[in-house]
Amino acid sequence: MGQEKRSFGFYVLAAFFGLFVLFLYGPLSAVFILSFQGPQGGLTFPLNGVSLRWFQNLFETQAVGDFGASFTRSFLLGLLVMASTVLVSLLAGLAFRRKFVGATPLFYLTVASLVVPSIIVSLGIGVLFQQLGFRPAWFSSAFGAHLTWTLPFGVLIMFAVFNRFSPSYEEAARDLGASSWQTFAHVVLPMIAPSLIGVGLFGFSLSYDEFARTLMTSGSSNTLPLEIYGMTTNVTTPVLYALGTVTTVFSFLIILVTVGVILLMGRRRARA
Amino acid sequence: MNTLLSRATPYLQATPLLLILGFFLALPILLLLVVSFWDYDFAGMYPDFMTLNYAESLGSWVTWKTYLNTLKFAAIVWAITAFVGFWVAYFLAFHVRSATTQMVLFLVCTVPFLTSNIIRMISWIPVLGRNGLINSGLVGAGIVEQPVEWLLYSDFAVILAMVHLYTLFMVTPIFNTMMRIDHSLVEAARDAGARDWQIIWNVILPLAKPGIAIGSIFVVTLVMADFSTVQVMSGGQSASVALMMRNQMSLLQYPAAAANAIVLLVLVLFMVAGILRIVDIRKEL
Repeated sequence: MGQEKRSFGFYVLAAFFGLFVLFLYGPLSAVFILSFQGPQGGLTFPLNGVSLRWFQNLFETQAVGDFGASFTRSFLLGLLVMASTVLVSLLAGLAFRRKFVGATPLFYLTVASLVVPSIIVSLGIGVLFQQLGFRPAWFSSAFGAHLTWTLPFGVLIMFAVFNRFSPSYEEAARDLGASSWQTFAHVVLPMIAPSLIGVGLFGFSLSYDEFARTLMTSGSSNTLPLEIYGMTTNVTTPVLYALGTVTTVFSFLIILVTVGVILLMGRRRARA
Repeated sequence: MNTLLSRATPYLQATPLLLILGFFLALPILLLLVVSFWDYDFAGMYPDFMTLNYAESLGSWVTWKTYLNTLKFAAIVWAITAFVGFWVAYFLAFHVRSATTQMVLFLVCTVPFLTSNIIRMISWIPVLGRNGLINSGLVGAGIVEQPVEWLLYSDFAVILAMVHLYTLFMVTPIFNTMMRIDHSLVEAARDAGARDWQIIWNVILPLAKPGIAIGSIFVVTLVMADFSTVQVMSGGQSASVALMMRNQMSLLQYPAAAANAIVLLVLVLFMVAGILRIVDIRKEL
């Protein structure tokens, strides 16, 4: 620890950590490499040449199902879930800063949302829509199902944020004559903005990848994870890996853009 | 008027959360409880009050075996993820010196978890398969003559994939609590003559318990509810409660699936309550 020499334990732990990272990335890189398999290549090594055949195949709709439409659905659903998660968690976070009747039961309901198995949520919402005579669809029932997974994370993050938020900034603003709306918009909001972006990113990627909660709730049209799940059972060509590579690259782009936005905001604030 | 509005504010702010969780969580679960007592046939389900769904489910040896199998997966995956999670978090929190390196290494761990579960699951196929990387390596090196068959489509593959999928849920909360441990406690222990393992056992482990508890809740509930990993990685040779539910759902036997859902939910809630008895995580928020 501290300034002393690295101990033997450090090297053992560093090696353990290295193996863990290899364990995380190894299989993923196999999929990535194999998605460039030649036209005659199969699902395993060795590579039979290098081609973009399987990426092309992905965009020929008739060959592997409707990748484009399911991607669009998942993307829009992700955005919808992201926006609602940010807004609802922010409001709930603000509410929980004050005492109100029913705060504890609402807190437990939120935590329960995290531990209720996703397939139960899926089945429950599916049966509920059936009984109410509504048609399940990705923008209604699946949207609600995804929110039961993203909201608890959002609310808990807002809890953590507001627990470490000093009220003296707001008091100072109020002393300077700011209304409560001005205090919120000009003092509180800019300070918690990076966390809000974090909540949004979290909401988007949880929704974009959510599978079990979409199973009974997406209605007649698939989201991307459902499409991929369907492909695991009946597709035996590397087109599956091409799809994996494309969606993974897309996730990374979203994360990079978000991290970039957060860094940019930090720099702008440092300059101001 | 103004004070009235001000007093109503938290209620207005909490309403969207309450409405969403009420309609999409509480109501569906209540409905499942009701439906689990209903009658059904191939054409639909009928309001009734019969305990047959529970009796059929809990009276069958297959169900018990499935529950035991699910619990077995939960126990093994929990033990492995807790071990890996503790040491990875410990390394990051106490052995990496600069805060920047710490954050970068932590992000390196989190990035794979942002891609689809199913993609990460199938990424094991070219590694573990009959002609996969491990088998061609073993055969090529002359260690085995025939490819090892139990690597893929086995309980081993299910557990490996689950560890791959869920370890982050253990690493993050433990890392989070460890980052809040005051380093002067460790210094004090060292000054008092404690050895490394004594510090880990008597200082760090007790203080990291809340993080381990939160991680355990995540991992246990995720494994108990898992059906896709079990289905894909066992090649249909293993079962779990959620997979049993999934099969009943695809046969439109909703009341039977609902009965299983209620039993599973009760079981999971008992396990979570058990973990919360050992540590109070509310202090952590």
